[in-house]
Amino acid sequence: MKNSEIISIKGLIKRFSIGKGYFTALNGIDLSFDKGQFAGVVGPSGSGKTTLLNIIGSLDSPTEGIANVLGQDVNKLSTKKAAILRRKHMGFIFQTYNLLPVYTVFENVEFPLLLLKMSGAKRKKAVMDALDWVGITDKVKSRPAQLSGGECQRVAIARAMVKKPELVLADEPTANLDSENSHHILQTMENLNKELQTTFIFATHDDKVIKYLKRKILLEDGKVTSDDIITN
Amino acid sequence: MLSLKLAYRNLIGAGLRTWLNVFVLSFTYILIIWHYGIIDGWNHQAKKDMKAWEIGNGQIWHQNYDPYDFFTLEESHTTIPQTFKNAISDGVLTPVLISQATVYPEGRIQSMLLRGIDPNQKVIALPTAEMNIESDEIPVIIGRRMAKNCKLKEGDITIIRWRDINGTFDATEVKIVKVFNCNVPNVDAGQMWIPINKLQEMIQSPDEATMFIIGENFEMNENVSGWEFKSFDYLMTEMDEMIKMKKIGGSVFYFILILLAMLAIFDTQVLSIFRRQKEIGTYIAMGMTRIQVVSLFTVEGAMHAILAIIVGAIYGIPFLLWQMKTGFSMPAGTDDFGIAIAETIFPVYGAGLIFFTVLLVIIITTIVSYMPARKISKMKPTDAIKGKIQ
Ligand SMILES: Nc1ncnc2c1ncn2[C@@H]1O[C@H](COP(=O)(O)OP(=O)(O)O)[C@@H](O)[C@H]1O
Ligand SMILES: [Mg+2]
Repeated sequence: MKNSEIISIKGLIKRFSIGKGYFTALNGIDLSFDKGQFAGVVGPSGSGKTTLLNIIGSLDSPTEGIANVLGQDVNKLSTKKAAILRRKHMGFIFQTYNLLPVYTVFENVEFPLLLLKMSGAKRKKAVMDALDWVGITDKVKSRPAQLSGGECQRVAIARAMVKKPELVLADEPTANLDSENSHHILQTMENLNKELQTTFIFATHDDKVIKYLKRKILLEDGKVTSDDIITN
Repeated sequence: MLSLKLAYRNLIGAGLRTWLNVFVLSFTYILIIWHYGIIDGWNHQAKKDMKAWEIGNGQIWHQNYDPYDFFTLEESHTTIPQTFKNAISDGVLTPVLISQATVYPEGRIQSMLLRGIDPNQKVIALPTAEMNIESDEIPVIIGRRMAKNCKLKEGDITIIRWRDINGTFDATEVKIVKVFNCNVPNVDAGQMWIPINKLQEMIQSPDEATMFIIGENFEMNENVSGWEFKSFDYLMTEMDEMIKMKKIGGSVFYFILILLAMLAIFDTQVLSIFRRQKEIGTYIAMGMTRIQVVSLFTVEGAMHAILAIIVGAIYGIPFLLWQMKTGFSMPAGTDDFGIAIAETIFPVYGAGLIFFTVLLVIIITTIVSYMPARKISKMKPTDAIKGKIQ
């Protein structure tokens, strides 16, 4: 493993059992990610993008092969160890935002810090900083139901970023957003990637997202068919 | 600590449903505490009244005396033993002579017990001194139940009949000099109190008694043949049994009430775990362990019981205190139960009762909240995030 390498995947196969047989969602993936990459797994619906992201996020485990994430072998992690890995080092962004409906914007963003048992004063500052990054400081007391889709996703980004994780996994983050909002949140994430050296991995088939990627991994039928570094 | 804070946020956020559950639970608390308080208050009051009006500090019975068998009354009195004479003249023991008789309210025949007692006695609270008046008729006192039943009132003169020692019927007129008000049916319903010396004359049993009521500072140190000491506790057994039955009867009711409250909470939990899968998946993605999520939902459910304490306290404490002050008026008709019961009962709340009620409800609520929450640890987080588990 290189010094800057934070994810290393070798011979990864993921099968789902359906009825008596099984379905192979990922079929022999070899990939590695370096710190600070702004990468995207791109491909048609059903190609296995979410499955791959779930394994990287230690929410699921490989059927065969090795997925080493932030120095941990995902296959060998207990659910508790996996939880701690996510709690300390990963942020998640979902297509459907997944904000906690009864919490205010502030409380939603504060949540990951509560899990880290950060003190009150530090928490408040970190939350306000994160809300500042995504430009939503005026809505701290609002609840998710009072926000637009774009605002919700910005809160979700703040929530993923507030603890300054090493890795952010974003699964179709723009699928429910119009193009203006999509660009806005992508610019935000691009800036955070530059400023904080956070590694971003997207799963998407949205062209608006693809335009921002610095690395584009094409996934088709559970196989990587191309992997390009984009320089401009 | 964390799950407490989060659970509180979630619970308050859930709004109306939470408050409905909390209200049902708080109602359960208050009802249990109040009802037990009434029973204990009743017990307390009944003991006090029975001691004051009927039992004193215990009684000494003629060996044949059986309060449930009127037909043996004739053989249940003998001469007052010499050893009791001092105590009687000291006023710490008072003899009672009992005989069967009949009255004729509006032409009906009604049997009753004539109880001869010393008008000057101070052992029990009966206003026997009222019988110390000069009158052509024999002065008697009766309780309000007896008065109502026989349509008699103070100042009335009525005929009573009884059988003398030879079995021949005799009759005389008596004057109701006092209708007393008392909560103890045993000294009231079907009873007429008459000066003991008059009764002794009537049934030709001079210086005889059926029983003695014990006042303060009397101890029966020696065995007096033909007489049996009955302690206060012994004489209270019937009342104690009844209180026990009342409490058991009550607990069946609480069981149902708690069951209903628990069903509501169980239902809320199952529903919320089903509806909040995506949230559960999100918690796990953000790095909560399964145990943390299970305990979050358990604490959330159990917190209903805690909130119910607060809500219950808000309306319950004023209510319970008000009841303690003004008492609870027993519904009409309880008078005729034949057990000592006041018109108004002042509840007595024990700290132990409140503590155990609250503890019990919290424990049951926690268990009921935990059971459905266990299901969370079997969820696959990848499915939960999408909220697609059926
Ligand atoms: N839990 C599962 N059980 C069975 N099949 C699954 C499961 N998860 C995903 N799949 C299948 O694996 C394939 C890849 O799914 P997914 O990774 O969600 O694709 P993508 O995110 O690229 O749209 C799809 O055909 C999907 O039906
Ligand atoms: Mg997908």
